[in-house]
Parts: sequence; C-alpha cells; structure tokens
Amino acid sequence: MFNVILFILALLALSLSYVQSPGKTQKALKIAWTSFIRILPMMLGIIGLIGLVLTLLAPATIQAVFNNAQWWSTALAAVLGSLTIMPAFIAFPLAASFLREGAGVMPIAAFVTTLTMVGIVTAPMEISFFGRRLTLWRNILSFFAAIIIAYIMGRVLA
Amino acid sequence: MITKQTKPDSVQTKESTNTLSQRLKPYWLFLAVILLNLLLGLFQPSLALSSLKTSRDYLWEMLTFIPPIFILMGLLDVWVPRELVEKHVGPGSGWRGIALAIFVGTAAAGPLYAAFPLAATLWRKGAKVANVMIFLNTWAAIKIPMITVELKYFGPPFALLRLALTLPAVILIGFLIEHYVPHSREMT
Repeated sequence: MFNVILFILALLALSLSYVQSPGKTQKALKIAWTSFIRILPMMLGIIGLIGLVLTLLAPATIQAVFNNAQWWSTALAAVLGSLTIMPAFIAFPLAASFLREGAGVMPIAAFVTTLTMVGIVTAPMEISFFGRRLTLWRNILSFFAAIIIAYIMGRVLA
Repeated sequence: MITKQTKPDSVQTKESTNTLSQRLKPYWLFLAVILLNLLLGLFQPSLALSSLKTSRDYLWEMLTFIPPIFILMGLLDVWVPRELVEKHVGPGSGWRGIALAIFVGTAAAGPLYAAFPLAATLWRKGAKVANVMIFLNTWAAIKIPMITVELKYFGPPFALLRLALTLPAVILIGFLIEHYVPHSREMT
C-alpha cells in the first residue's frame, strides 16, 4: 500500500515536472539514476548482511546487545550509530528488523538518531568546511541530543 | 628523454590498478557476504539457504520502493532553487530563516556530506551559524525521503515521536552553537 502511494506520488511529481520543464525533468532523472547506481553495490551488500545477521543472530542475542532499558546498550547503540555510515533506507530496515526481533526502543532510537546526525567517519570532511570547533560541537551536541531523544522515546513507547 | 618516457607508463599502470580497486571497493561488503554465505553453505546448508531467502525478500522489498524515492530526490534537487535560499537565511531572518533552513533541509536529497559544501557556501554568503547548523542537522536527521522510509519500517508512533523530539533538538543545537561556540567565517 505504502509502495503504491509512493509510486503514484513520484509519477505525479514527475509528470508535473515534465510539463513545466522536460530538460529539468531529464536532469532530475539523471540525478536519481546516478544516485541509485552509486548506492547499488552497498545496498546489495547490506541486503546480504541482513539475511546473514537475521539467520545467525538468535533473537536472544540481539536482545542482549540492544536490550531494553539498559543504559549501556543505549550508549553502545549510540556509539555504533555514530561510527556507522549508511543511507537511512538501508539502515532503517535493518534496525526495524532488530526491533521486531525483540530489541528495545531506547537503543534502537539512539542508534537511528546518531546514525543520521553524528558522523565520525565524515568528520574530517566536515572539519575542512567548518573548522574543528564547529564540527566537534555539532557532533557532541547531536550525540547527547540522541541519547535524550532515545530516553524519552523508550519511556513513552515502552 | 628516458625518464619522460617511463614516467607516463608508470602513471598509467598506477591509474589502471587504481580504477580496478576503485571499481571493486564499493562491492567489498557484497563480496564478503557472498563469501560468508558460501562458507556457511559448506557447513550449514540449511542456514545459508534461509539467509539467502531473507536477503531475497529484502531485495524485492527495496526494489519496490527505492525507484520512486530516488525520483522524488532528483526532482527536489532540481526544482529547489539554491540562490533564493542563500538570500533568505542571513542574520535578522529570525523565525522565517529558521523555517526556511528546515524547509530546504527536509527537501534535500543525498547523504550529509553532500550538504557540507552547500551549507559552507550559505555560511560564507552570510547565513547565520544557527541557520547553517539547523540546515545541516535537518538534512541529516529529518529529510522527507528519510521520514517516509522510517514511517514504513518503524510505523507512525516511532517515526512521528522521533520527528517531534528531533525538530526542537535541531533548533536548540543551532542556537547553542551560535551563542556558545566561538566561530568565524574566515576559518574555511
């Protein structure tokens, strides 16, 4: 259902764009295609990894790592998210599958939030644009914001 | 003469090995996963089979919703005019500037590091540091294509609560940095 709505939305936007400017639409499709191709190798790898992880890790093991209401697993998940560089549409299904396998809301929310907002791998690049101090503080503040967000979500959704 | 002749040769071989490793590099995880599945198949064929089945289900799942998301990304990238944005998020732009920074951030496409050059340009052209940071963190955490994926996999309670908490956090982080972290545009 979700996919059908998304397809219709994309087609609608695409035709609207084409009516306005075929050239721009072509450029948009080119951007879409090159982004897709660029992400494809990693996507295939992650899809394979999801299969392996879900097969080899018993729900009990996952629950031990991403355990509910455990401060250290939330901290661990937040650190894991800060270190991981992964597009959301690949990481989210993985994290959601953990959640279904019995992981806690708190560590999963921490993981998802630091994954998007904190980037240790990309920090050198960020420093080259904004300097060391701004990069450091944006990432530190985002990290602690993620912990607080995760804590509230764990409490509300538990 | 001799050095001149050998130099291009060595450069060429270096380039060709570079492109080969560069072409294989994105596939490292995929290749590792295939290897692991083969190893698993040798010792536990049934586990390897169920691993491949799970992967196949996820592949199908992703292929049905990734094309429209990428098309929407491309359209947003092409139609949101950047010069206009640069003009409206400077000092004194107030809540309108914040709203604009959030709007453009959510309409963005691509990974966070793609936002760095644009955000740095906004900063250099006179955007407020708070707005630049809000723009960056919005791009990072609450862009629309990402929310649609989150809604799909985590459901509305998780996704919407996270959005409701992240939005004020992003604005607060922007202002904390603006007021308490020393910064100068000359740094870049």
